[in-house]
This record gives sequence, C-alpha cells and structure tokens, in this order.
Amino acid sequence: MPTFVHTEKCDGCKGGEVTACMYICPNNLMKLDTERMKAYNQEPEQCWECQCCVKVCPQQAIEVRAYADVVPMGGACIPLRTDSAIMWTIKFRDGEVKRFKFPVRTTPVGSIDPYGNKPEPGDLNDNLLFTETGQTLRTISS
Amino acid sequence: MSEGTFGNPEIIEIETDILIVGGGMAACGAAYEAQRWAGDDIKITLVDKAALDRSGAVAMGLSAINTYLGDNSPEDYCRMVSADLMGITRDDLVFDVGRHVDDSVHLFEEWGLPIWKDKETEGVPLKDGGKPVRSGKWQIMINGEGYKPIVAEAAKKAIGIENIMERVFIVKFLLDENEENRIAGAVGFSVREHKLYVFKANTILNVAGGAVNIFRPRSIGEAMGRTWYPVWNAGSTYAMSAEVGCEMTMMENRFVPARFKDGYGPVGAWFLLFKSKATNGMGEDYTVKNADMLKDFAPYDTAAVIPTCLRNHTMLKEMKDGNGPIFMDTPTAMAKLSETMTPKEVKHLEAEAWEDFLDMCIGQAGHWAGMNIRPEETKSELMPTEPYLLGSHSGCCGIWVSGPDDLGAPAEWHWGYNRMTTVTGLFTAGDGVGASGHKFSSGSHAEGRIAGKEMVRFCKNHADFKPVLHADMKEVAEEIYLPVRNYFEHKDKTTAEDINPFYITPKMFQMRLQKYMDEYVAGCSTFYQTNAVMLDIGLHHIELLKEDSKNLRAKDLHELMRAWENYHRMWAAEAHLRHIQFREETRYPGFFYRTDFPDLDDENWKCFVNSRHNPETGEWEIKKVPHKDLVEKFYGGQGH
Repeated sequence: MPTFVHTEKCDGCKGGEVTACMYICPNNLMKLDTERMKAYNQEPEQCWECQCCVKVCPQQAIEVRAYADVVPMGGACIPLRTDSAIMWTIKFRDGEVKRFKFPVRTTPVGSIDPYGNKPEPGDLNDNLLFTETGQTLRTISS
Repeated sequence: MSEGTFGNPEIIEIETDILIVGGGMAACGAAYEAQRWAGDDIKITLVDKAALDRSGAVAMGLSAINTYLGDNSPEDYCRMVSADLMGITRDDLVFDVGRHVDDSVHLFEEWGLPIWKDKETEGVPLKDGGKPVRSGKWQIMINGEGYKPIVAEAAKKAIGIENIMERVFIVKFLLDENEENRIAGAVGFSVREHKLYVFKANTILNVAGGAVNIFRPRSIGEAMGRTWYPVWNAGSTYAMSAEVGCEMTMMENRFVPARFKDGYGPVGAWFLLFKSKATNGMGEDYTVKNADMLKDFAPYDTAAVIPTCLRNHTMLKEMKDGNGPIFMDTPTAMAKLSETMTPKEVKHLEAEAWEDFLDMCIGQAGHWAGMNIRPEETKSELMPTEPYLLGSHSGCCGIWVSGPDDLGAPAEWHWGYNRMTTVTGLFTAGDGVGASGHKFSSGSHAEGRIAGKEMVRFCKNHADFKPVLHADMKEVAEEIYLPVRNYFEHKDKTTAEDINPFYITPKMFQMRLQKYMDEYVAGCSTFYQTNAVMLDIGLHHIELLKEDSKNLRAKDLHELMRAWENYHRMWAAEAHLRHIQFREETRYPGFFYRTDFPDLDDENWKCFVNSRHNPETGEWEIKKVPHKDLVEKFYGGQGH
C-alpha cells in the first residue's frame, strides 16, 4: 500500500531542504522534487505502509493507495493524528465509512523527565538496573 | 576539509566512548540506562539509519506488549520460551530479561503509553497494582500507536539530541590494530549528505534489528514492501558481527509467522483475546485433526502452549494435502462474544478488532477495506509468510553472548560482561542476541538497558584503551563507495543505465538472493523444505552472488544504502544456510524441514550450533555447543 502525494496539497514544506515526510520515513522513501517543490515516494515497492509520513504531513497531502498487485481498488485508511489521539477513517470499496478514535499518549509531548524522581544509580558491579537500586534481584529457584 | 560530492565524500572522524548502532527499542533502552551510569565522564553516541521517533520494528506502533510478567515467575517465562523454541534456549539470558522486563514496561506507562486495565483498576498504574487486560499469559493490550515516539523521547532526553545522529547508516565494524579480537570502531555514511563517518569507540552496541527480505516474499510487485517484520531490517546486525568474527548461534533458526493472508496483520488478539478458531477450507479444526502428527516432536508437543512451529506444521499439512485455504473464523468468534454483550459493548469490540490492525499493521486494515471484509460477517484467510531471521520474537537466531554471572550458568556462558559478544568490547541486544527469543518490544528495551549498564562498566575498566583502527581508511572509503565508482565508470556504455553488463543494481541483487534462498534454502515455494543437495546448490549461488557484490552499482546515496543493505542480507543469508546445512535434523517443522533428516533428534542435536567466520582466513568454522537447562522444564507434567 504505497504512499502517494496529492499534487495540489503538497507545498514541499515551504522550501525546506528536508520535508516532514523525508525526515520521518523509516525507509528513506520520501524525496523532494526540488524543481516542482513536491515530495514523492521514490521506491513504492519498499513501502511498509506504516503511514508515519501521512501522520506528520502538515498539509495532509499524503495518502496511501493499497498495493495494486494485491488489493482491489477503492478502499482507504486515513489517519488524523494529534499529540494525544488518532482518528481513523476507513473507507470500504463498497462505500461504507467507519470511524475509530484511539488514544496515543497520556502525557503531553515533551514532558518526559527521564531521571526525575528516580533513585541514584547503585553499584556498577552488580546486576541491578539503576531504577532497581535497593531491590533484591531474583535468581533461579529450584 | 572541502565539501563532499557524490562518491567523494567529506570524511568525518568522531571519537566517542560508547557507540550505539541502531535506533530501535534495544538502542533506546541502552541509551537511557547507560547515560545514568555514565555521568559526565563517558561520551555516548547513538547512530540511527532512520529517525529515532519512528525507527525500528515498533515504528508503526504495536497493539500489545508481548512480554509483561506481572504475577508470572521468570522460571515459567524460561519454560515458555524454551518450549516454543523446541528446547534449545539460554535460560540465563531469558531469565535475565524476565527479571528486568516489567521495570521497562512501568517506565513506558509513566512516560505516557496508554495501557489497558481491567474495569476494577482503571486508571491505576501497573506498578501500583493496576491489572492489565491480558490477551494471553504473557501479553498485555495497549493503545500503542505512539509507543516508539514515547520511548524515543526518553532516550533523546537522556543522552541529548546533540549525541544522536540520524540518517547515518553504519555498514562495517573495525577491529583494533594492536589488540587482537578487540572492537575499535565503525564506519558508515550519511544517506542524505556526502559524508563518510568514521567512529572510534571503546565499546559498541550492535542493535540494528533482524533480517527481512532475504527470501522471495509471497508478494513480488508493489506489495513486496508489505513484509511482516519491517522491510528496512536488512540483517545488518548479523552481517556486521559475523564479518568481524563474532561467534554466532542458532542461525539456522528462523520465524515463519502464520498471519492474515497478504496484509500480514496480527493474529494474536484474534486467537487469544477474541477466542477465534482457525480451520481448513472444509471448516475442520486442523490443530485437533492433526494433533497426532505432533507426537513425532515429543516432548514439545505437550507444552502448555503448543510451539509456534508445530502449529504451522499442522497448517502446512492441510495446505499440502489440498485442504486449503486456512480460515480465521472471525464471524463465529464475534457472534459468540456478542451473545453476552450489550450493543455498546459489541461496538467497542469491533473497534478493538480494527485497532489491533491500525496500531501495528495498517495495511491489513486497508486490505479488509479494499476487499469489503467485515470481520463480523466474513472469514479471513491465513497464510504462513516468507521466512524471517530475528532473535526477539518467536525466533532465536543471533550472536553468542556472555550472560549474567549470578544464575548458575556454565562457565563458558559468561566471560566478564553481560551481553558482550566474543569480540571484546562489542555488545548486542534485542534481535542481536541468539538463543533467547520472546523478548519482543519490552524485553528488547530491558535487554538494551542490561547491555547499556555493562558497557559503562566496560568503559570504566578499560579507560586507558586508545582505539587504533586496523584498516587503511582510504581503502575502506573506496570499498564503501565502490558501487558509486562502478556506476560512474560504466553508466554511459549502454543506452539504458539499468541494463548494463558491467554492474548489477541493488534491486536485482536482492531479487537474485531472494530467488535462490526461496528455491534452495526452504522458502515458500518448496513448502519450506530443503536437503543437503539443494543446500549445496544454494551455497554455490550465494558464493557467486558474493563475487558479484563487487559489481553492485549505486546511482545516488539512496541506492548506496540499498547496495550495502543487500550486502548485509547476503551475509545473513549465508550464515542461515550454513547452519541449516550443519544441523542434520528437523528441529523446527513448520519453519523448515530437512527432508533428508525429517525427524527431531534430541539425542544428537539438543545442542546449540555456533559458527564463526574467521576474518583473517575468510573460512567458516561451525560446531556443536552443549546445551544445559538451568530451569527445570516441564512438558505435559513431566520434568525434563
């Protein structure tokens, strides 16, 4: 189910060298055509359809079209993601539309304090992780 | 240094103490733990081929955490993992994950991962007694679309974004000039800028995931991207370790997940949470029908949960006998569940079923939408996929590592630093550690943390070490950019640059590897069967492919990445083949069959198979290593 980019919606992230989709694609597939200032998927058969690029696109210009060699035409799964939830619109080939909304995070983005309220690390030579300082580590009981 | 151009990159040398190669769960766990012990004296650098927020196997998300012990004991965890992997696992490594994994899950929840709770303890964190919704004995349900960005945020904050390099693909490790069998550095390139990076480090963590697309996939058009495990996992972990002489273990093991056909959506929640049954084309429960054929694989057939490969074995029997297709009977399961539910609860159940796909395998939802499949109305087909190499899921191939020192393991199982490979200073975790599957996302994070702490200890104990790379950097740079040289030298000799007798494109190279692995090394097209004669031919093809790897071409940085990924795939494939060749039995029916040795042979083969590629001679050495249970095993009530 490779991604495709709507020509009219894509603004090339306003002339930045790295578009949002280029930044995020785990497989380095999204590429900016610098003449047209539009992004495109340079290797559709390597697309895992993770939709990471779809979710971050500030223009909602990217969609996924189901793999042409496997799936009949007409269906779609379209996400709309905020920092706390994701809304999915599922369009069936026969026209039915379903919507689902799921939480994605219970805390504000950027709020993680990695070592706040955590114990100081203990003994580097034992087998306890730093958060387990002071605990007794289990060994195999017979 | 002047600015680089394509093929003539700027060479940038970076010195660090701890180098983390990879960006997935294990890498993030290692960064988080190591920094806390490192203080200000030790420099940590993380290098990711992609962007940390969405890299690794959890990039898309997950609908469950498959390893959370809760009230279960680490001993029982060892028993489950051992049984699923047909008796040959390292209890020391598995137990170690089991005793630490819940701590990582508690961190995920604290950081913001939504974890489902039962009605009585809604809103109560797991660490304060909240009861998770379990889809199985070891699995808990989550709203996991944002799982990776959450874990990545903690890792970024821990080591600082200035110490994270994204879009840099490490392709080789380098040994030390002065000390034998000692890691000293790594080399790779930016896939966005004309920059070659040479890292010198005291210690390196090799956590670059499993191996995907080394076999011809069932879908070969656009949908070859729809692999079950992430399509970008190129076996780099195994290849780069083997190339510098790490001892590998259980590389014959593989994973063949039985999943929803074509979309490869998860079946776990359907089987375990929704209590759905799978049948053959005639509606028969083939696991019941074929139960007797599993007796040949005793005692593992009587494990509390039937091993994954044995379940595949009963499925493949039906497919071979022409009794397909295999169906997941979703309508019956949903009808049964809704008998005792209100309409609101039924609607919630439907949403849960869709979320299971949308959180981790959106393509499967797209497949249902395109096919007008509604699970409450229409059954879906199941199908075993092409084979994958991994060490964190229901598979256990990987690198032979030192284990913890406090679990009574044989002396040969630990040599000073937990999760260190047989190359001094080179560590691994997650998919990299062999003989200990079923870590999944949470266990990989915990294992990364175990390694991270040990790497700090290693650094402090080797503070005087000054890495000197055993390599001529000009030669290494030439080797890495050879595909670019090949392209420039020959591209104008023909009128169509993809058809050229002087070079091979990375794509065709990959397809050739996939074709021969599929046809000779027990891929889908032979129903996962092979024998000694087929393996000899397969090895010959890999040897020819290895020769031709010197003729790979790269027309841009993206293709240079593909060239090196496929070089890694080739190495991982060769290790897999050589191990299958060595193990003369059928240990994992349903994953692959040695038709010339069709039986399980515990007497001769209940042992690890370890191999080493000698970096000086280029020869592979392969041997049996004795297995020992540290936790007493029970199958069908019998102790073993």
